[in-house]
Order: sequence, then structure tokens, then C-alpha cells
Amino acid sequence: MPKFLLLKHYSGDGAPMPEWTPDEIKAHIVFQQTLVAKLAEQGELVGAEGLAGPELAKIVTFGGPGAAPIVTDGPFPEAKEFLAGYYFIDVESQERAYEIAAEASGAPGPAGAPIYERIEVRQVMGAPLTDA
Amino acid sequence: MSNETSTEDLLRELAPQVLGVLVRRYGDFATAEDAVQEALLAAAQHWPVDGFPDNPRGWLIQTASRRFTDHVRSEQARRRREDEALLAAPPPAEVSDTDDTLLLLFLCCHPQLTPASAIALTLRAVGGLTTAEVAAAFLVPEPTMARRISRAKQRIKASGAAFHKPTIDEWPDRLRSVLHALYLVFNEGYATTAGAGVTRVELSAEAIRLTRLLYERIPGEAEVAGLLALMLLTDARRPARTGSAGELIPLAAQDRSRWNRELITEGTRLITGALAQDAVGEYQAQAAIAALHDDATAAQETDWAQILEWYEDLERLTCNPMVTLNRAVALAMVAGPAAGLALLESLDAALAGHYRLDSVRAHLHEQAGELQAAEAHFRAAAARTTSSAERDYLTTQAARLGLPAR
Repeated sequence: MPKFLLLKHYSGDGAPMPEWTPDEIKAHIVFQQTLVAKLAEQGELVGAEGLAGPELAKIVTFGGPGAAPIVTDGPFPEAKEFLAGYYFIDVESQERAYEIAAEASGAPGPAGAPIYERIEVRQVMGAPLTDA
Repeated sequence: MSNETSTEDLLRELAPQVLGVLVRRYGDFATAEDAVQEALLAAAQHWPVDGFPDNPRGWLIQTASRRFTDHVRSEQARRRREDEALLAAPPPAEVSDTDDTLLLLFLCCHPQLTPASAIALTLRAVGGLTTAEVAAAFLVPEPTMARRISRAKQRIKASGAAFHKPTIDEWPDRLRSVLHALYLVFNEGYATTAGAGVTRVELSAEAIRLTRLLYERIPGEAEVAGLLALMLLTDARRPARTGSAGELIPLAAQDRSRWNRELITEGTRLITGALAQDAVGEYQAQAAIAALHDDATAAQETDWAQILEWYEDLERLTCNPMVTLNRAVALAMVAGPAAGLALLESLDAALAGHYRLDSVRAHLHEQAGELQAAEAHFRAAAARTTSSAERDYLTTQAARLGLPAR
């Protein structure tokens, strides 16, 4: 079975979550938890995490031999788009990965309307095909 | 250490026998399978410390039966029908373990299951592996694998599939599902050889063991012999298939002195016997091709004309575009790269965007001396493969061809 990373791209469209009502936020969180629980129940979940906000993100590069690492706030501090989290799944097919991604993208936002979050689907490198 | 190994071997040999007894006694496959798994875990814990019981099989049956009863009792309050299953236990028929292993394979590989769940269930119920071992073999967390196995069992229950021999009408379909599952287990193990951690259960070896069990029970089925032969003939090349850094070495460049002669001899004997029987199936055709490769003492001595004929047969049997792709390679070896490249054009629709098509094109262009085209297709293939080992190989090929131009 192929494995996929579904990368949740938060885009700046729509109201930021702190401007939602508490009930809307709760509904969104419940949706995420339910989706993860469902993937686990279906034997398709490898892992899922949310990432801390872009305010905490750093870009780290090799500082050269013997030198300290270079840590910066990143080349795009004004970015309107960032990685919000991921689902790591192990599924029968690419089609199934797309199906889950679409479901995740429809997470509820203000007034319960889908937020149409952009989900980047990336297949994880696995075993080569056999030669025969 | 050796005691540990033998406990493991013994448990895995006894697992399907014990499960067969419980399913016959109680009729409830799903609960019986859980009970046997718990008994195996208990044995794995106690036997290496306390030594083997006088009658290991009896010990396991007794322990598993106790666990089964516990399960049923704890469920009774909310699920009365489990109780009925216990009370309505079918008369314990005296059937040999031989049949049980066969019936369990057919049940666990039921066509109602997806291949992934059939494989997981088969490895646990028939192979006697623990959930943790199956999970590690497929690199997923244990709870995920546990859910997959338990869903497979629910699905079997819901489909009404029973623990009995398939009817003559069902037989070909059911056997095909079993062979397909075993083939996939083998491939998973064979493909992931490079860099596999020592703690991972060796899936190819397990697939061969299970296919052997099947072959011993129904030696007259030519496709079973064909599949076993295919596995042995392929596994024989494993020592030469990867280099010191785990990099893939293509067939033509392998050090053939490292191939396992014993496996080749056994595989060749099996496929020769199978082919002497009636209609040829796809596993026999693949095994015949593998045998021809293994028979060549050097790559240049490969009998490509015969291999080409087998690919033509295989194409008729399967209608699979990947087979046509392989036929193009054989055709190029027999009739020259232009003929192979021409055949590939017929695959542009069916295999659009598949890295394998680019990879074969690259090889054939190189064979034709068209190095620029070859490099471009190696690059395209490298960009599209989903295997790191293949990406490394394809990138290296592109780089090798790109060098003189710089």
C-alpha cells in the first residue's frame, strides 16, 4: 500500500481562526479529531499532527565547519500561506488519498461553511517495483 | 538464542493448526483468531523461560480455548449471540491439520477483502506473526495494523464466508485470491530488501513458507507450483540485486556467481514439472521467464527469443500493459531497439506518465546510441518514480549519459 503525506496549507483567505466564534472553532476541532479517529479506525492512519504557527518557524542552515548553525526567521516573514499540519496515511490507492484530502479540505469554518483548505498530496518514497 | 528461534518457528508452525481446531470447535473465526493470537503471545513469553510444555500443541489449544471462553463471557452482557455461537458449537469433526491450514488460507484471502487486509490477516492468522511484527513489516503503527486486521475479520463475518472448502465453481476465483495475496507479500519483501532493518520480519521468506504450505497441500495445482517456482527463482538473485550501499543493480550487471544455485535448481524443477501439466497460467509464464534468466551464465547468453515468446503468452493471459512493456525489452534484444521503441508507442495511453515507460525508453534509446534522448527519459523516469532506490539508480544513469556533454 502506498503512503502519502497530506500537507495542510493554511492560506490567508477567509477570516483567521481567532475571529471565529468559539462554537465555530469547536466544530472545526471536532471535525479534525473525528477525521483522525476515523482514519485510525479504518487502519489507514500512520500519523497526524498540527504544527505551531509560522511565528515560531525558523530556517536553519549549516554554519560551516566548526561554526554555529545559522538560524533565521525565514525568508518569507510576511507569507500569507504556511504549513498548518499534516496527515500521514497508508492507503490502498492514490484515489483514496485524494478522497481523504478532499474530505480534510472541507473542514468547517465560520458559519459551518467548508474552508476549502488547500491540501498538498505527496506520495512517500517506498519500495521499487520488482523486475519481472 | 537458538531456543528463542525454535520457539518462534514452532509457534508459527502450530498457529494455523490451533486456530483450525478452535474454529471447528466454536465456529466464531474472529474471536478464535484473537484467542489464538493471545495464546501465542503467552507462549512466546513463557516457553523461552520455562521450557517447552510436554505437548506444545495441546498447551496452545487449551490456552486459546480458555481465552476464547473469557472473550465470550465478557461479551455476553451486551452481545447475547456470541453466547449462542458457543452453545451452538458445531460437532467437532476429526479433520487433519493439513486441511485446516488450507481452509484458513482460503478464508483469510477471501475475495471480499482488499489485498492489504487479506495480507495482514493471513500473516497473523496463518503465518502466526504478531500484530506488532506485521505492523513493523509494513511500517505502520501497531494500532493501525490491529484495526486493519479486525476490520478484515468483520468483513469476513459480514460476507457470510465460512470455514469450509470452496465449491468447485468457487475454486478458481478463490485460489486466484490466495495466490495474489502471497505474491504481493513476496514482492513487498523482495522490493524492500535494501536497507531493511534486522527486526523486520522477512516477508519474502514468509511468503515462500506459506506458498510451500499451500503447494504441499495441493501439489496438483500448476499455478501454485508456478508461483512457488517464481518466488524461488526470483529470490535466488537477491544477493546480487543490490550493491554495498544498497543501490540497485540491474539484471544485466549482476554478479551471477552470487545467485543462489540451490534455489534455482529447486525453482527450475518445480516450473518444469508444472509446465508439463495442462494449461499455462500467469505465474507459470513468469516463472518460466525467471528460469530462463537464471539459466544464463552471462547476460549475453540469455535466451531472449524464448523469453519473448513467454511474454507474448503472458500478454495474452493478463492483458497487462506492464507485460507489454517487458515484452518491448525482450523484443529489442531479439529484433533491435527500434522494434522495441516502436512497440512502446502503443503504451503511451495506457501507461501515460508512468516512470517505468520512461525508464524502458531510456534504456532502448541508449541501446540505439541515441544518448540525448536516453538521458532525457532517464531524467523523466527519475522524477516520477516513488522509490528512492530507483530514483538513485535512474538519476545515476542520467548523470552518466550527461557527463560527456559537459
